[in-house]
Amino acid sequence: MDISISITVNGAVHQDDVEPRTLLVHHLRDGVGLTGTNVGCDTSSCGACTVLLDGESVKSCTVLAVQADGGAVTTIEGLADGDTMHPVQAAFQEHHGLQCGYCTPGMVLAAVSLLREQPNPSEVDVREGLEGNLCRCTGYHNIVKAVLAVAGGAS
Amino acid sequence: MIPSAFDYVRADSVDAAIAALVEHGDDAKLLAGGHSLLPLMRLRLATPAVLVDIGRLAELSYVRDAGDHVAIGGLTRHHDLETNGLLGAEAPLLRHAAGQVGDPQVRHRGTIGGSLAHGDPASDLPAVLLALRATLVVTGPAGVREVPVDDFFQGFLETALEPTELLTEIRIPKAAGAGWSFQKFNRRAQDWAIVGVALVRNGTTGVGLVNMGSVPLRAGGVEAALAAGASDADAAALAAEGTEPSADLNASAEFRRHLARVLVGRALTQAAG
Amino acid sequence: MSVFGDRVVRVEDPKLLTEGGTYVADLRIPELDGAVHVTYVRSTMAHARISAIEADDARQAPGVVGVFTAADVDLADLPAGSPMFNAAMTRPFLAGDTVRFVGEPIAVILSERPDQGADAAELAWADYEPLTAVVAPTDALTDEVVVHAAAGTNIVVDLAFGRTDDLFDGCEVVVTQDVINQRLAAVPLESRAAAAAWIDGRLVQWASTQHAHGARDVLARVYGLTPAQVRVITPDVGGGFGAKIGAYPEELLLGWLARQVGRPVRWQETRSENMVGLGHGRGQQQTIEIGGQRDGTVLAYRLTVLQDGGAYAEVGSILPYLTRMMAQGTYDIPKVEFNSRSVITNTTPTVAYRGAGRPEATAAIERAMDLFATEVGLDATELRRRNLIGKGAFPFTSATGTTYDVGDYERSLDLALEAAGYEALRTEQRRRREAGDVVQMGIGVAMYVEVTAGPTAGKEFAKVEVEADGSATIYTGSSSHGQGHHTAFASLASEELGIPMDKIRVVHGDTDLVASGEGTMGSRSLQLGGSAVHEASVGIVDKAKQIAAHSLEANPDDVILDKVAGRFHIAGSPTIGRTWAELAQAGAASADPLTVITDFQASQPTFPFGTHVSVVDVDTETGQVTLVRHIAVDDAGRILNPLLADGQRHGGIAQGAAQALLEEVRYDDDGNPITSNLADYAAISAAELPSFELVAMETPTPVNPLGAKGIGESGTIGSTPAVQSAVVDAVSHLGVKHIDMPCTAERVWNAIQAAHLTKKGVA
Repeated sequence: MDISISITVNGAVHQDDVEPRTLLVHHLRDGVGLTGTNVGCDTSSCGACTVLLDGESVKSCTVLAVQADGGAVTTIEGLADGDTMHPVQAAFQEHHGLQCGYCTPGMVLAAVSLLREQPNPSEVDVREGLEGNLCRCTGYHNIVKAVLAVAGGAS
Repeated sequence: MIPSAFDYVRADSVDAAIAALVEHGDDAKLLAGGHSLLPLMRLRLATPAVLVDIGRLAELSYVRDAGDHVAIGGLTRHHDLETNGLLGAEAPLLRHAAGQVGDPQVRHRGTIGGSLAHGDPASDLPAVLLALRATLVVTGPAGVREVPVDDFFQGFLETALEPTELLTEIRIPKAAGAGWSFQKFNRRAQDWAIVGVALVRNGTTGVGLVNMGSVPLRAGGVEAALAAGASDADAAALAAEGTEPSADLNASAEFRRHLARVLVGRALTQAAG
Repeated sequence: MSVFGDRVVRVEDPKLLTEGGTYVADLRIPELDGAVHVTYVRSTMAHARISAIEADDARQAPGVVGVFTAADVDLADLPAGSPMFNAAMTRPFLAGDTVRFVGEPIAVILSERPDQGADAAELAWADYEPLTAVVAPTDALTDEVVVHAAAGTNIVVDLAFGRTDDLFDGCEVVVTQDVINQRLAAVPLESRAAAAAWIDGRLVQWASTQHAHGARDVLARVYGLTPAQVRVITPDVGGGFGAKIGAYPEELLLGWLARQVGRPVRWQETRSENMVGLGHGRGQQQTIEIGGQRDGTVLAYRLTVLQDGGAYAEVGSILPYLTRMMAQGTYDIPKVEFNSRSVITNTTPTVAYRGAGRPEATAAIERAMDLFATEVGLDATELRRRNLIGKGAFPFTSATGTTYDVGDYERSLDLALEAAGYEALRTEQRRRREAGDVVQMGIGVAMYVEVTAGPTAGKEFAKVEVEADGSATIYTGSSSHGQGHHTAFASLASEELGIPMDKIRVVHGDTDLVASGEGTMGSRSLQLGGSAVHEASVGIVDKAKQIAAHSLEANPDDVILDKVAGRFHIAGSPTIGRTWAELAQAGAASADPLTVITDFQASQPTFPFGTHVSVVDVDTETGQVTLVRHIAVDDAGRILNPLLADGQRHGGIAQGAAQALLEEVRYDDDGNPITSNLADYAAISAAELPSFELVAMETPTPVNPLGAKGIGESGTIGSTPAVQSAVVDAVSHLGVKHIDMPCTAERVWNAIQAAHLTKKGVA
């Protein structure tokens, strides 16, 4: 039996009826129509599906859409301020923190959440803070550099 | 990747949750943070017919000073434990260990109650509670009962919880000033422990072992030896006594026993320092 | 060219960062409206006869549009992957009467929604009659159980280049060691995905692929069409690493499925499917024999390889050919012998994976050099130095017939050792050894040379067109899947044309828009694709000069291009000129568009090289290894964009270190995969790695106009042996001589225990 839910996604309220088993990531991609969030695995290991739920990073493949009812989700599409990239997005470009881009939405949002909780992380803090986000292309070097650059530049 | 279909009930109170469990019996599973249950459901290793969602019961998310112990609500997230000042003062072992569970995203969702109720011997927190000699408070149709942690883990993924009960509170005896150590040996940072040791020295010594058997285990041999006056080194040599570590992808049973001895030794040293 | 060495951030990034890429699963296009979803049912047995497939319940399940098995598929057999292969070892689309690896597709379900497909898949199952599974390549070699009966043997390819019994005559020292180069999973973050539709009688396929034209040609063959009747479109691709070069049966069948139901179809596998369905990498059992003199002169080397081909003959079975090509690495070894056999086993077929045969060669020769150094009591770097191919020896033809273009191996060694602070590291190592520290330090030095844009001379297509508005479009046969080609090629073109990069579009991966292409693999794209873009750009400037000259009634030799203004004028008379836009419009008006097409043909492959130094801590009580530092010198000739080149090196080093320390695909004795998801397979994370120390070195190659070699696989090739060497080095004072990869804690601890027992005379 479908359940009625209301989730604010990137500031816009979306009301839908969903099967309880609908994963939040699938709801975002197919129900809400935002395909920026990607599915990379089926064991909650890779973090490609990471979004912000009420400001905190979560793996949207391990959250049911019904659990996010009433909550506020930020996906990669909602991070920039109009034409102005978020500092983390800008830093990823400046420091070449992405190659194929598939892990990137999840990685960026995980980094945003990390910096909110640890505004001044050490390199080890960043590496451990991103332990739940796998990337196969970059070797993480430039991702870490980008995150540290944002932290270092934070006023 | 897509779970089997199920019916969904949202509980707006503990009583409502219990009523739903009573109504649906074995068909129902509780959904808290979902980070033990949903991964199993996604691989269709678990196919409950009904999920009772207790994730919104804010009244079960707390860390309180209760006099001689710290009272923790069952739905308190690992992230909230990891950042809690009271816990840092009175049970730093638990605060630290909560910060080692999974990864940051997991810790934003997973709860202490969910982790304990799942009862996985490879989980970090059960061993911590064994070391801290915690008491678990269980609420069901017949009321509230207290279960010492040593009686809680009864078999592989089996706890003292009846199908109609919730784990509503965890009571941690205060241990300010006690020496402690948490040794988590894993392959990658996000992985489960191959072997883990949770240790507290507070007059007596409590030692919990991660992934050394089909249930979370106390290192009884170590504790008894220390109580009888043995040196740390001699006690650590008994770390594997009474354990039944499995052989799997990540380690042989022999290596696990060896790691337990080494890690207990290191934990004793760190907790003494 | 001044653009070389310019650090340019990527033009690809704004979209990827603000919207996300558009991968196959993201396509929301009219052509795929009403598409049905494809779910494959896969074998749970490694080797079995199928007596029946029960699919009726699946057919009745909600939302199911069709269920098909091999009996239904009336396509001709897939062509063999190589003329060297026995045709009997070719994969079917769906397993017929025999399954040969866990994960092999046995049935396919079409449903309105993906969740319905997942539900229906649980209702379909096969009646299996188990057969003995052949899992170990050494067992396969005995042919006791032959996996492809019609072939009569499990041997796919026997590369027998000769074995002389007197190879090591005259050698004072000979060292022998068995070595494993273990099976790996590529783990692109995007699993396989494809979609297909019949549009106006043509087959249109969207594919997450590294080679659209290759897929097009195979599809044409499968469906009895001309290539012009097939269109392959490559959206964004979330990583490939070699495993997405060839088209898989699951993708090739989509056109047939679309025809069965008269609707477009789309397919997206899960990660668990990907871990058993995407081709695996590596998988060599090696025997190394190295001989020479006590003064450190290496005289002879023999490498014998048993390649695990998996259940069907794919490109993995012929990668030992590349291993042979690079067998002796950077060393001037006069006598080298190589023999290999590739065998069928009841496991996932092996394919190319970052380095594809060359990491295996490098790891073997570097292990051999380390062991030889230990045996003769020389520092490992000193031994290498004494045997390096000299700077003046190029072009150098190796004992296995490979002609290296240009190199300066000793300089790469010097630079790496200096950057690492090698002497200070050895001092610290001595201090810890004397103190008996629990945590010991290991230092590994590995040198490599590898072949890119090979194994034979390569080519690539480019077309450059200037549009009526003065912008330009580049059509390239390369196929970027993260490497940043659009930025690289736009900067090359901009350099020649004087058109700013933000007015240059790059098109790839669409066989209707790009006439031909070799795809992206083997680290070929800059040297071949970039050279083609460069030549086409130079060509279009010449053509524009001709048109401008005609228009200005001048001699073309007197026409110059002002690159800053993007305008052609007569030398000395800058006021009278023609812009790119004007010339393009004139071309369009006269039905001679301002376009140049180039098919760039290289004369030979190129050979990047380098030295990696790895520093590890090893906890001798637990065996746990921590990668503390990794220093890399990678010389890939002239570097265009150091930002992109360094990124390739980082990614390669991470994957290479992962092989040395963590990753391994494993099967149990019955052929059941036990690392078939990302919780069990130890794909490396940021927490296990340090930041890398990259040192610049450029020795331009004469082979192409850019002076560029490939860099995409160098990081992987150089890093794996350095890390493995460091781990062994950390405990060599305890008597350990070799540890197989991955150097897990238990493996290291076991090696320490075994060496301890050997010292005590017990073992």
